[in-house]
Amino acid sequence: MNAPAQHPPAVRTTCPYCGVGCGVLAKPDGRGGAIIAGDPEHPANFGRLCSKGSALGDTLGLETRLMHPMVRDGDALRRANWDEALDRVANGLSRIVTEHGPDSVAFYLSGQLLTEDYYVANKLMKGFIGSANVDTNSRLCMASSVAGHRRAFGTDTVPGTYADLDEADLIVLVGSNAAWCHPVLYQRMIANQRERGAKIVVIDPRRTATAEDADLFLSVEPGMDTALFCGLLVHLAETQVFDFAYIDAHTTGFAEALIRAREIAPDIKTTAQRTGLAIADVARFFDMFTSTTKVVTCFSQGVNQSAQGTDKVTSIINCHLATGRIGRPGMGPFSLTGQPNAMGGREVGGLANQLAAHMNFAPADIDRVGRFWNARAMARREGLKAVQMFDAIERGEIKALWVMATNPAVSLPRAGFVRDALAKLDLLVISENVAGNDTVRARADVLLPAAAWGEKDGTVTNSERRISRQRPFLPLPGKAKPDWWIVSQVARRMGFADAFDYGSAADVFREHAALSAFENDGTRDFDLGGLATLDDDAFNAMPPVQWPARAGSAKGDTRFFADGHFYTPDGKARLVAPEMPRPQATLSAEFPFRLNTGRIRDQWHTMTRTGLSPRLGGHLPEPFVEVHPDDAAQMGLIDGEFARVASPYGACVLKVIVSEGQRRGSLFAPIHWSDATASSARVGELVTPASDPYSGQPEAKATPASIAQVAFRYRGFALSRQRLAMPAETWWARAAVAGGEGVLLASDVGPEEWRAWAQSVFGDCELAEYVDAPGAGYRVAAFMEGRLTGCLFIGPAAHAPHWDAVKALFETERLGEGQRRGVLSGKSTSGLAEPGPVVCACFGVGLNVIRTAIADGTATSVDAIGKALRAGTNCGSCLPELKKIVGEYRAQPA
Amino acid sequence: MSEPLVIIGNGMATARLVEELNTRALGRYAIAVIGEEPRLAYNRVLLSSVLAREVSYGDIELKTAEWWRAHGVTLLYGHRAVSIDADIRRIRLANGATLPFAKLVLATGSRAIRPNVPGMDLPGVITFRDLADVAAMEQAAKTHKRAAVIGGGLLGLEAAYGLAKAGMEVSVIHLMDRLMERQLDPRASAMLKEAVEAKGISVHLNAETAAIKGDRRASAVALKDGRDIDADLVVVAAGIRANSDLAATAGLDINRGIVVDDHMQASKAGIYAIGECAEHRGVCYGLVEPAYEQARVLAAHLAGDKVAYPGSVLATNLKVSGVNVFSAGDFLGAPGTEQIVLSDGGLGTYKKLVLKDGRLVGAVLFGDTMDGLWYSELIRSGTAIGAMRDDLIFGRALAERSLPKGEAPKPLPQILAA
Repeated sequence: MNAPAQHPPAVRTTCPYCGVGCGVLAKPDGRGGAIIAGDPEHPANFGRLCSKGSALGDTLGLETRLMHPMVRDGDALRRANWDEALDRVANGLSRIVTEHGPDSVAFYLSGQLLTEDYYVANKLMKGFIGSANVDTNSRLCMASSVAGHRRAFGTDTVPGTYADLDEADLIVLVGSNAAWCHPVLYQRMIANQRERGAKIVVIDPRRTATAEDADLFLSVEPGMDTALFCGLLVHLAETQVFDFAYIDAHTTGFAEALIRAREIAPDIKTTAQRTGLAIADVARFFDMFTSTTKVVTCFSQGVNQSAQGTDKVTSIINCHLATGRIGRPGMGPFSLTGQPNAMGGREVGGLANQLAAHMNFAPADIDRVGRFWNARAMARREGLKAVQMFDAIERGEIKALWVMATNPAVSLPRAGFVRDALAKLDLLVISENVAGNDTVRARADVLLPAAAWGEKDGTVTNSERRISRQRPFLPLPGKAKPDWWIVSQVARRMGFADAFDYGSAADVFREHAALSAFENDGTRDFDLGGLATLDDDAFNAMPPVQWPARAGSAKGDTRFFADGHFYTPDGKARLVAPEMPRPQATLSAEFPFRLNTGRIRDQWHTMTRTGLSPRLGGHLPEPFVEVHPDDAAQMGLIDGEFARVASPYGACVLKVIVSEGQRRGSLFAPIHWSDATASSARVGELVTPASDPYSGQPEAKATPASIAQVAFRYRGFALSRQRLAMPAETWWARAAVAGGEGVLLASDVGPEEWRAWAQSVFGDCELAEYVDAPGAGYRVAAFMEGRLTGCLFIGPAAHAPHWDAVKALFETERLGEGQRRGVLSGKSTSGLAEPGPVVCACFGVGLNVIRTAIADGTATSVDAIGKALRAGTNCGSCLPELKKIVGEYRAQPA
Repeated sequence: MSEPLVIIGNGMATARLVEELNTRALGRYAIAVIGEEPRLAYNRVLLSSVLAREVSYGDIELKTAEWWRAHGVTLLYGHRAVSIDADIRRIRLANGATLPFAKLVLATGSRAIRPNVPGMDLPGVITFRDLADVAAMEQAAKTHKRAAVIGGGLLGLEAAYGLAKAGMEVSVIHLMDRLMERQLDPRASAMLKEAVEAKGISVHLNAETAAIKGDRRASAVALKDGRDIDADLVVVAAGIRANSDLAATAGLDINRGIVVDDHMQASKAGIYAIGECAEHRGVCYGLVEPAYEQARVLAAHLAGDKVAYPGSVLATNLKVSGVNVFSAGDFLGAPGTEQIVLSDGGLGTYKKLVLKDGRLVGAVLFGDTMDGLWYSELIRSGTAIGAMRDDLIFGRALAERSLPKGEAPKPLPQILAA
């Protein structure tokens, strides 16, 4: 009766990682997991998936999930039912608003939320609580793109579509490691390069994987992108490739922008000086851009995560506006979004400086949205952006915070400060998938179990404005609920039942679409009017759809701005004069390096999901810092060893990777590790809170930092079926391993102490031990009823054991005898003959060896075995057995 | 004409010597073998297996009568040599006959030492050296229940195992605080004790025999600490002594055994000794492997080759079914040595390698003895371990694989090197 269905249908859904928004086919396996494949019909990916997307099936386990509401009693969290938990949240928020005003509460949301979740949370805060203190981790991701778009276009509009990447003749990637961070889109660019001969230029301080296939790589000085694009604008002026008709008819600010560009980068030579590039390289780039009409400039976190991010975006857009290369096939500035639904969040208006549905805090907009919502208390001004929000929490001005689907104690700048600030709140509510992360551990008062990918139902929008469905294919586990439901329930309990009477995600989506169309009449870019009347079935079946999707208008080209119509008051685009570029924080003798942060190929954010996949954990299993060889030599750093990286805000200890791809003076460290996954690798703790004045986006890629060698005497690893608590003073990093977890170790704790630790950790198992006291080596493998349940390998740092072979054995769980005998060697035993039980003890000849010799005709008598294998020729005590073996073989039917 | 070569003793060393002579010096010598036991040479190592009925009597014969005949050997078994006149190069047999020789090899083996305590001469007290002893033990097992073995060394444990397999309740009485202390370190000894006890044999350590009690037959072993171990059969396996009485009649130098040089030659020219009766560089070996090595060296020497015997690295294999024990070299680890230990409680395995100056100098293996020979060859050859150090304990296949191609040391027995 309960057997899993043999052929369950595959569910079409959307990948929950980057902003490419790939279509996924998920086929439930009936045992809580699913087989994952790319959706060949989805226009974002046409069936392709990257390593992270392909491994989604590995991340569906429930081991780490939060399954029940939890509420704080004194120092501990205990299980509660939904009523109690929701009352606690609603009453807490209401009380604090009553006592301290609406601005004493805040929501911190996430680009991982679905549009419907986002919409409901934004509505509650901005229309009913009466504050705009709604911000999101998208602030860390693409707020500068939003600000740059709004400043130039009057609205947050990505003009182009992915098809432009297929049709462009030149693709310029600025501050984008698309090969790792948007792999499927990057492969589309590479296909264009291969098949159509498109040229690719990569502009990045770091020679990333994306630079590998570039026709030109420009290792730009950190923060100097604006100088490069100002130089380009000047060059475009001098070579007279401007589209003066477009400039005159559809833009303002051109003269001021060009004058400023001339101040910043008057010629190629100055541009080269300011950007730290070779004159010839700059000239080549300018020439390529000048001579190619179909050019798309993609930009990502290298542009956005800057205290001058908005100006960087502006300087790029200026070049496209001035050449009229915007909104036409194969042309335009293109923001590659980091998160699966940062775009949906922007559409909803789930940022502190937006109101809703691409409307702002203009009185007319406030009035319009207020009427639409039938709002009790409309927010009348912008709220606090992420960094300021946590400053206000620290100052005690914000007393209640609700965090949904993000881990700010890891990801925000000065993450240590953030974690301490969280502990000051009167009420910290967290809606989460996982039972434990660094934010949850920062003294949460209420934990609410939220639906995860595969369970959630709603929509997301990708980088090309394409709305796709995330559909559930797994049941909600435990007491988990969708975020929109959780927020609505709280709203009802706060007395707003009539405005939050949603029965489904489809209800929310229709209202969201209706708001976008409400009194729009073409005045706002964002219009889903054509989708506002979808019935439930149509919503469920909705194919990926690009906006605008205005009611009654035929589906045509979905690109923006080729017609020169913008959403500014005068309908014209703005060319804006950027500030002189410079990183906000200056280097000093104490902090002489610039710390750049970013993603790696196979991990996502703080690893609460990708960290569950053994495949993904294998790529770069340890938190690291990349250093240029000259800097490494100067600082005494050695590849594969460790370094302490510090800034005025904190310190981490990371593995050193010496790389030619790193710029001199720059350090790079990935953002993914947290206190849950490593001993000292919460890189966010180091990042400066310096932020862009327009976007509020922090400068996550240019923190002044120091680096110094850290030496550990011993290195090693542990594997275990259960979570292991590491001894203090040990450097460690966890990685998912099939059937358990792995921990990479470095320590000054000696082998004898590790032996005692292992015996206490694995004490109830059968232990196999390797003790090399003079070589300072200790290895132990723990077995329970024949199953390998754990192991620890420790050796001198210079001679560290490797875990590949042991991991493979750990994953097979049940070891053959030869494997078990060899497991502590740390080497693969595969390919080694299994000699079998000893027959001749004197010469160590095993049964399998003898049988093989008989079978292949090498030796078919006892005497011949003696000659060939020496078996039986010493003490002879095995001769009777040899006779028997020969006899048995002869007795076998041929 | 072939020179007359007489070998006294018809055991394993003799069989190997004849075999080797036939490949190295075919027809050079007219060989005669004088043996006291009234049967063809047999594999003494398998006596406990015969007792345990794992092997039949016939199976332990080393060579058939036809083989001896075909190789032109005159077999005089069931004859005891009583004296040797080295000057006139003649041997006198117990039946009064004399035999001339040009070259003489003494391979007279050893006999059990009987502790000098009361009751040793009682019926039911036997040693464990030959097939006659096995027959006596089998007979006793049919009519009696309890056996005691005095001596917890290799031979004693094999005897105890055989008796237990033959159905007797067996106690091992051992003077020292651990079993096989001359071959095993304390940890391996402790594991061995457990394994032996698991076979139903009780082990008494630190137990010194005071007397054998009994009226007409042994009934108990009385210990110095006052305990009595009931036993109807007492097997004495408390050490061996070289059989050198015959050699004494020839006026040869005798210490603990017949003193020989590196060519296995005794103190008079043309007279040699090999096996357990010989003492080489102060050492009397009690194992078969050194006897075989000595037989090969002597055969080569008699064939006119320039060879020398450097002594043997002692490597021990216990012949107790299911209990694999091996040791070689400095298994305890003298000061200045390094030790690497690998154990697996679940598999019941324990390995210890003793290293010195980058070379293997000793090994103890319990449970997994597959690579024992390789280790003893590494010890014997003094091969530099080098890059194999960390993998050495995991066995030859794995250790040699991790070396760069062509760098695997090929430790071969060095004895026959010129």
